[in-house]
Amino acid sequence: MSAFNAIGDEREIDRDEFTPGLEPQPTWCPGCGDFGVLKALKQALPEVGLTPEEVLTVTGIGCSGKLNSYLDTYGFHTIHGRSLPVARAAKLANDGLTVVAAGGDGDGYGIGGNHFMHTARENHDMTYIVFNNEVFGLTKGQTSPTSPKGHTSKTTPHGNAKSPIRPLSLALTSGATYIARTAAVNPNQAKEIIKEAIEHDGFAHIDFLTQCPTWNKDARQYVPYVDVQESDDYDFDIHDRQEAQEMMFETENALYEGTVLTGRYFVDERPSYQQQKKELGEMPEEPLAERYFDDDAEWERSYDLLERHK
Amino acid sequence: MSDHELIWRIAGGSGDGIDSTSQNFAKALMRSGLDVFTHRHYPSRIRGGHTYVEIRAAGHKVQSRGDGYNFLLALGDSFARNPKEGAYYGNEEIKPLSENLDELNEGGIIVYDSGLLSEDDVSELDLEERAEENDWHVFPIDLRAMAKEHGREVMRNTAGVGVTAALLEMNLEHIEDLMRDAMPEKILEPNLEILHDAHDMITEEYDFEHDLRIPEGDHEGEQALLSGSNAIAYGAIDSGCRFIAGYPMTPWTDVFTIMSQNLPDMGGISEQVEDEIAAAALAVGASHAGVKAMSGSSGGGFALMSEPLGLAEMTETPIVLLESMRAGPSTGMPTKPEQGDLEFTLYTSQGDSARVVFAPANIEEAYEQTRLAFHIAYEYQIPTIIIYDQKLSGENENVPVSLLDREPDPSLGSTLTEDELEDLPHDESGKFHRFQHDVENGVSPRSLPGQKGGRYLATGNEHTPAGHISEDPDNRVFQMDRRLEKLEAIRAELDEEHDSNQTYAGDESADFGIITWGSAQGAVVEATERLNDQGHSVKAVGVSDMMPFPEAELTEFIESVDQAMVVEMNATAQFRGLIQKELGRYGEKLTSLLKYNGNPFEPADIVEGYELNVDGSDAEPDAQVRIEPAAGD
Repeated sequence: MSAFNAIGDEREIDRDEFTPGLEPQPTWCPGCGDFGVLKALKQALPEVGLTPEEVLTVTGIGCSGKLNSYLDTYGFHTIHGRSLPVARAAKLANDGLTVVAAGGDGDGYGIGGNHFMHTARENHDMTYIVFNNEVFGLTKGQTSPTSPKGHTSKTTPHGNAKSPIRPLSLALTSGATYIARTAAVNPNQAKEIIKEAIEHDGFAHIDFLTQCPTWNKDARQYVPYVDVQESDDYDFDIHDRQEAQEMMFETENALYEGTVLTGRYFVDERPSYQQQKKELGEMPEEPLAERYFDDDAEWERSYDLLERHK
Repeated sequence: MSDHELIWRIAGGSGDGIDSTSQNFAKALMRSGLDVFTHRHYPSRIRGGHTYVEIRAAGHKVQSRGDGYNFLLALGDSFARNPKEGAYYGNEEIKPLSENLDELNEGGIIVYDSGLLSEDDVSELDLEERAEENDWHVFPIDLRAMAKEHGREVMRNTAGVGVTAALLEMNLEHIEDLMRDAMPEKILEPNLEILHDAHDMITEEYDFEHDLRIPEGDHEGEQALLSGSNAIAYGAIDSGCRFIAGYPMTPWTDVFTIMSQNLPDMGGISEQVEDEIAAAALAVGASHAGVKAMSGSSGGGFALMSEPLGLAEMTETPIVLLESMRAGPSTGMPTKPEQGDLEFTLYTSQGDSARVVFAPANIEEAYEQTRLAFHIAYEYQIPTIIIYDQKLSGENENVPVSLLDREPDPSLGSTLTEDELEDLPHDESGKFHRFQHDVENGVSPRSLPGQKGGRYLATGNEHTPAGHISEDPDNRVFQMDRRLEKLEAIRAELDEEHDSNQTYAGDESADFGIITWGSAQGAVVEATERLNDQGHSVKAVGVSDMMPFPEAELTEFIESVDQAMVVEMNATAQFRGLIQKELGRYGEKLTSLLKYNGNPFEPADIVEGYELNVDGSDAEPDAQVRIEPAAGD
């Protein structure tokens, strides 16, 4: 018998199960886009048949990091920029778990940029949602890696001299195998994309546009939006790296010109890291964590390694 | 030097095959019944540079590199010839003969490769004169020519071993066996030939005037030759550790590679990742999900682990971290030992963050304390750190095979099953009270993601019993007190249930004490024995528990002596500072003997330090050590 009976538990799941019975008072401001991520996740998780206990949500620091305080799953609220290394190890240790990592644009593309690049490259089987509101919110409005050029804040009083990072392009070049952008103002699309991302076997990156009504005064900054899959103006092959790259480039330019393009940009079937490791014999077929509860497990001993030292 | 022990030094350039030759020779000595101890000196470069390995062998236990050495096998300088004038790195000429002579003991033997040293090189050294003065026995042998005759120049190592065996009247049997195990057929034959030719040539052509012969010894049980890194890796494997994440850095890399080479075949996972922050964070993530996990690094890399270390403490996630010290600050001297990261390891990470720190002193302690580190980490849900150094990482010592004949320990410590979870408190939203206030020993048992009924939030913020972020003052005090209470419980367990981790030596009634920690212990123990043999009355303690500190034991030791000298490899007397901080006194009683030139202590350094302390001489010690007086002196 498994030690992790919640995993693979098949039953009708009510989305309310993902809402804590003892509802915490969110620290997010009224009108904050973060509510959109929370809502979309609460809808998506039961629709893909997951119970709260087979999901581990791993977050970084900042407003986005509070996500798993308001979502009733197993949760790990880590430290600034470090959600990905914690998340991918948890998945390696027990690949029966569904792992969703989340963080903000400072957390994910700034301090955690190196981890983002490498987690995408390795194609760990998990979903990574970056709450992108182009600003550091919880520390009160400083310029972030996605703030537009010229953005003024207390840390850039003369305007931001840096060009914003291109998250989708970065994910693509790094090796992510599912890349999408969605927005809190587009809840139906957000839910569908999260569902796809969770079901995708590999590293799924979602750049989730979340308006910040407090520090980016224009709370409607991501409206109007265009769904690139549904619009006749955009025609590209989602499996073609080059076409996806061109579309991403267009999207990333357009974001700061008042046009917001959302939707799926790239899907690739490259096997996940977990799969690759198993094929190489570098990772056990059964979840490693199960082994500690298996009374019949045979534990190899270092004594067996001593021959070469004698 | 006494003829009871052999201290054989093989010197040359990195890349000359010094490591593999010395490893085999050490094993051959061990197989012949001797106790062996190896010391490796190498520069931070791949090829060239001055390198040597010393093997000390005797019929009795050897615990340090010893004082000086008595047999030099000086190989060539094949990879570092023609240095460029004025080049920063390239001007370091390899002088396997001249560089090593200062430490050669009276009556010693020199074998040098005359095929690689011109007569001019040798005449510059006044070798004849010095040999006469020191009663050295010099054997210029053209090892290169001998090797070339049989095929390849690199085989002059084997020729050197053959010469060594002949001069020491040592049986070739064990060496041949090891060569057969290690070499493919194609190169085995010429190597065996050259071994015998070299041996026979020496035996036939030379008269031996030297006294040095192979010592005699006999082991009670079967032995294995292990490095400190081997012992730590094997301790981890036997503790049920099946996950390691790391980033390469000298000298921690040794443990990382040993684990990586073995774990996958044992159903475990090894991850080489982008940096040390990630490495320690991965260990946290894997442990959180229910696997015994470790990570580690050396000084600069360990600095990056400060964040995940604090996270592990706040979320009460068990992890074991290694800190293999090298000389600092910053990149320092990557291949040289120092005990300079003690304070950093004890106090790194923000807030009142606490961890358990063990400092093993030798191979046996490295194995034992690694097992203890995993037990404590998983039982008490606290990060434990094993702090050791480049010396212990790389030195080899023989230990009885029976030391490792131990059952694996796959227990996850204070972790719950789903059945147990049912009966424990949950809040209204169904969340499990993972971080209860009132629990025995401060330990609140945990659930694992994927278990039914165990849902909770682990957070690096201060949190309520269910893991909700909270800045409530009462909760804060309860949680903080509970986390700190674990250290007291751990101290109590170490005192009551385990034999003391501290090592004692010398005369119990002595009124002069020597206190040391980590890998300096072996040299201290030998120096203590020597001082007592000379008629002094000295005792020593080697401390392994850095945190929580063994207050009672150390108080008793210091109270029992008039004066104590703290021996450690750093410039700022960090361990002496720790003793005074933990015990709150004894400033006037403790002096320090410090060495931080990149070389470990030899017993003679400590004997000299003792003499200067006791005689109260103003003379500076001539070994590169420093005496730091007691407070008020």
